[in-house]
Amino acid sequence: MLEIKGLTAEIDGKEILKGIDLTIPQGEVHAVMGPNGAGKSTLSYVLSGREGYEVTGGTATFNGVDILAMEPEERAAAGIFLAFQYPVELPGVGNANFLRTALNSLRRARGEAELDAVQFLKQARAAVKKLAMSEDMLKRNVNVGFSGGEKKRNEILQMTMLAPKLALLDETDSGLDIDALRIVAEGVNASRGPDFSALVITHYQRLLDYIVPDHVHVLADGRIIRSGGPELAKELEAQGYAGIIGEAAEAA
Amino acid sequence: MQAVTQQVAGEALKGFLARYDGLRARLPGNADVRDAAAAVLRERGFPTPKDEPWHFTNLRPITGLDFQEPIGDTQAGADLLSLLPKVEGPRLIFIDGRYRADLSVLPEGLEVRSFAGTGLFGALTKPERDRVVALNTMLTEDGIIIDVPAGFDAGFLMLAQLTSGKHRRVASHPRHRISLGADARLVLLEVSAGIGEYLNNPVIEIAIAEGAHLTHGRLQQDAKDAFHLGTIYADTAANAVYDCFSLALGAKLGRTEIHARLGGEQAAVHLNAAQIMGGNQVSDFTTAISHDAPNCPSRQTVKSVLTGKARAVFQGRIEVARIAQKTDGYQMNQALLLSPDAEINSKPELEIYADDVKCSHGATVGALDPEQLFYLRSRGIPADQARMILVRAFLTDAFEAVAHEGLRDVFEHAVEEWWATTGKDAEAPSA
Ligand SMILES: Nc1ncnc2c1ncn2[C@@H]1O[C@H](COP(=O)(O)OP(=O)(O)OP(=O)(O)O)[C@@H](O)[C@H]1O
Ligand SMILES: [Mg+2]
Repeated sequence: MLEIKGLTAEIDGKEILKGIDLTIPQGEVHAVMGPNGAGKSTLSYVLSGREGYEVTGGTATFNGVDILAMEPEERAAAGIFLAFQYPVELPGVGNANFLRTALNSLRRARGEAELDAVQFLKQARAAVKKLAMSEDMLKRNVNVGFSGGEKKRNEILQMTMLAPKLALLDETDSGLDIDALRIVAEGVNASRGPDFSALVITHYQRLLDYIVPDHVHVLADGRIIRSGGPELAKELEAQGYAGIIGEAAEAA
Repeated sequence: MQAVTQQVAGEALKGFLARYDGLRARLPGNADVRDAAAAVLRERGFPTPKDEPWHFTNLRPITGLDFQEPIGDTQAGADLLSLLPKVEGPRLIFIDGRYRADLSVLPEGLEVRSFAGTGLFGALTKPERDRVVALNTMLTEDGIIIDVPAGFDAGFLMLAQLTSGKHRRVASHPRHRISLGADARLVLLEVSAGIGEYLNNPVIEIAIAEGAHLTHGRLQQDAKDAFHLGTIYADTAANAVYDCFSLALGAKLGRTEIHARLGGEQAAVHLNAAQIMGGNQVSDFTTAISHDAPNCPSRQTVKSVLTGKARAVFQGRIEVARIAQKTDGYQMNQALLLSPDAEINSKPELEIYADDVKCSHGATVGALDPEQLFYLRSRGIPADQARMILVRAFLTDAFEAVAHEGLRDVFEHAVEEWWATTGKDAEAPSA
């Protein structure tokens, strides 16, 4: 279970998260929507430990453990995975090697045996096939020269291989064509289960037709201003954010 | 003038000259050649930063010391051999500048002579200009002389220069000559390593005849208290290839200087290098490529990875003679600074007298990208391993230039070892 309480964070002295309260019980998928610049990516970075984001207050625990004090790799070992809004290119680093190093680092941290090249390739090939990616992707350098959609698929490939307990998916749907959207959603749905929860950041209701969330939250100006069921996404799609932001301001 | 002479004639020079006076009658080869070299040193001393080619690299840490004659520590053999990369095949082993037949494995089908036995100085060196080479010329005792016959593929050969400064501070001056007949081939791995404090001062002369191909890998892993001053002169005829990759990891102060000449049409010279340094190490890669014939390519990718207070120098001079039309020269200098105190000095120098040539050069200096680092770590890869992955990625295109797989493995392994023992701890995360 992910529990975030009163979380505030700043970048370069500028407050971006202004008190986030959010709980994602084990096994649930929550969607976070909100206008550009609201702080959605910031939240995902703070949870995964990116440098430069200073937590100024509040707490975040995962299964009872304070994650804010952990190094990024420790959070990964604890089962947290971030699918980046803008996946990073790594020239000179082969995708298969990268994936295998990551997987074996996690296995080592968890006290499991490392996979040898043959075992790994078998798994990786199967995962690549499921995501309708070409095997060529494994041979290429990480994200270098990948199209926008290919990068997003590569994030999901990593997710399926690394089998996290909590996936933070930051606009994984943007840039995907309709077929890819379905395939990626199926990839996420296949991971769903009692041991998997997810925070799905998106701008589009369409993704949530495929990955039906247990709850939807609206994040605006560094705060969650409204939460509801899947129908909230439909309401936003129809009415935009202005109405909801206005209501929240009145209520405050 | 007197004052200047006083200043340059430090302990080292006095000792070297005295040693020469003592040994002169017993050293192999033409004494006139040695006397001329000694005269150069006596008159001008070692180079100082006032000499332009030495502007960035001060020999002071060497010239102030006094070096002694190696006593031929036969016991040190096994210790020293353990420093060599683990590769199979023929090997020519030098310890303290002297050939050790008992430790060597001769290559098949190739005649190997020694400098000690023949005293053959070559014609390519310029001791009157290059005083580090004058030192070698004056004091060298031994080296290998290899002539690969025309059309013969000699395969792989390791040439190891091991020095033991365990008991006393010594200097060794191996002197090698390698020539390839027309269409001959050789893959040479030259290794420098040792123990303790010493000066390793090798000189290699290389002549590559028409259509021949020399792959020359250089692994400088001299001890952390040692000094390395190596000089190579390579001459290529038409359609010949001199393909050199030099990896410097060791020595407190080291310089590799290569003079390569493209002497016939369609000859090719590759002088690629990586310098990976930490602590207070200084590493200098200085090259001079002379295009003396039309239609020749030359290629250089030089990468420096620096931590701590390390400093690297790359000086790359390309001279294109009037006759050398359609020259295609490429030079790239890239540095990765892993600490704020590390420093790179670079000086490209193009001197072009032909009018139809293509010469490009570029330089980049950067640090590890925090975004890439975070991406790797967010996947569970520990910080030091993530940094290593990015360092390796930075070196990729330099290593890719090493076409010979066996050599590439040696270099990659050496870098991994460096990272595990030195690099990893040299710089804590910059957070
Ligand atoms: N390095 C930075 N320095 C200053 N401001 C920053 C920095 N990074 C992000 N911000 C600001 O923080 C705010 C929140 O950014 P964030 O990326 O979290 O928004 P978002 O909700 O993910 O938006 P989008 O929907 O466009 O992806 C924005 O106003 C952004 O400009
Ligand atoms: Mg965002």
